Amino acid sequence: MAADIHHAIDAVWRIESPRLIAGLTRMVRDVGLAEDLAQDALVAALEKWPTSGIPDNPGAWLMQTAKHRGIDQLRRRQLLDRKHAQLGYEIDSQQTSQADGLDAALDDHVGDDLLSLVFTSCHPVLATEARVALTLRLLGGLTTDEIARAFLVAEPTIAQRIVRAKKTLKAANVPFEVPRGAELSERLASVLEVIYLVFNEGYSATAGDDWMRPSLCEDALRLGRVVAGLMPNESEVHGLVALMEIQASRSAARVAPDGTPILLLEQNRARWDQLLIRRGLAALDRATSLGRPPGPYVLQAAIAACHARARIAADTDWARISALYAALAAIAPSPIVELNRAVAVSMAQGPEAALELVDRLTDERVLAGYHLLPGVRGDLLFKLNRREEARDEFQRAASLTRNARERDLLLARAAACTSEA
Amino acid sequence: MRFMMLIIPKGYETAAPGTMPDASAVAAMMKYNEALQQAGVLLALDGLHPPSMGARVSFPGGKARVMDGPFPEAKEVVGGYWMIQVKSRAEAIEWASRCPASEGEVIEVRQVQEFGDFPSDVQEAAAGFKEMQERAAEQRA
Repeated sequence: MAADIHHAIDAVWRIESPRLIAGLTRMVRDVGLAEDLAQDALVAALEKWPTSGIPDNPGAWLMQTAKHRGIDQLRRRQLLDRKHAQLGYEIDSQQTSQADGLDAALDDHVGDDLLSLVFTSCHPVLATEARVALTLRLLGGLTTDEIARAFLVAEPTIAQRIVRAKKTLKAANVPFEVPRGAELSERLASVLEVIYLVFNEGYSATAGDDWMRPSLCEDALRLGRVVAGLMPNESEVHGLVALMEIQASRSAARVAPDGTPILLLEQNRARWDQLLIRRGLAALDRATSLGRPPGPYVLQAAIAACHARARIAADTDWARISALYAALAAIAPSPIVELNRAVAVSMAQGPEAALELVDRLTDERVLAGYHLLPGVRGDLLFKLNRREEARDEFQRAASLTRNARERDLLLARAAACTSEA
Repeated sequence: MRFMMLIIPKGYETAAPGTMPDASAVAAMMKYNEALQQAGVLLALDGLHPPSMGARVSFPGGKARVMDGPFPEAKEVVGGYWMIQVKSRAEAIEWASRCPASEGEVIEVRQVQEFGDFPSDVQEAAAGFKEMQERAAEQRA
């Protein structure tokens, strides 16, 4: 029973902590202090709730408790300047109001506060890995231990990363707000980057990894859905959610029971999760219905949607996918996008046209050491019946990949070049 | 992980065809559904018409036998469901506890079996079954 109540408190924390920390940050203007206060409230709950039971409105209880701690601390330190006095007034007046009134007061700010916390955690003043850790901690409700396990890093490393991130935010005097105007799109890009990074980290997990790793996909989806709810007019947010929902829909189909990765076109589509596909397509509709020129996430989601809509691989609309990659290459040019475009072109127009595109990429420094370039090139050469060149490329690709299963797959393809020639 | 929260309203087993929840209950439930959605945990939800409008197919001796609703022997029936994606069983239970349900209503919290939960022999068998579904889908298309 003691374990049950602790699990229940963990669950309440997971649900309430983002709003709690966001609300407290608005008051104290310091994420670090806000989190400390929230943690104090959690400790109080862990002491009290096992005997008193979980209160009817645990979120309000935690907020009240955290605010009291804050006031106590401030008074002890005799730092009652005008701002703090204002905070004291706010709390005193709320004590006399009804619980419902308090709820309403919190509800009024909760969306803005949460969003401000999202933008603060993903602030460009922080290194990317710090943004990721802080976001998972403050908005995902993950413990440092869970983050450490998910990213295969030692716990003290993550703890330190988070402490330093909070210090950096304070030192840089980062305002707790939702950016506006020209700044918004740049800052939003950072938010989306963090969420997608978390998703991809989970997506790259392999069998035998700690369960925390693949569950990062769910954490990212949850964050993405929350941000989409808070910024319904930002098409790229819906685009990212759509992209993640559709990619997540393939989870059960992308790895064989023995752990071998299964390529998209060879996956058993009946094992794709139709619920997630529906959700992804709906999110993409929301994105496109806003009528803006599509950004990189919307375009990637549109490409994923082409695959999701094809009941069998042969039904894939490769012409549309090639066009979408071309559009993506125009707004976010990268050799990786070009490589993917080449694959789509090979399917739409044949290997010859694609090989032309790929051959333009062989000097790209970004792709040097990237196993997919020789992998794709090998595949095109194989289709053009240039078996010996194909074999060399597959072997090169195998020597470049760090994934053992993928290496096996590539070596098998290399071997097939000689046996079938 | 995903959980299905199945709501079992008392008396729904005998509800007349076309029975609908009243407006105030729906309004409270909408607020709850919004909370689930804002938290990013809601995947799907639906309400079900009463069993008096449904049917049961049983298989005595392995042969299908249809019985139209209502079903006199049913003591409790499902009235609707939410599919949520959460971090733990405890979190699913916490969300269920927050439902503005009335006395007599019960929410059963059940974890969804994911493909990865199955042992490998079941996965292989399921793969075959799913391929069958795929062929059926192709034929329909």
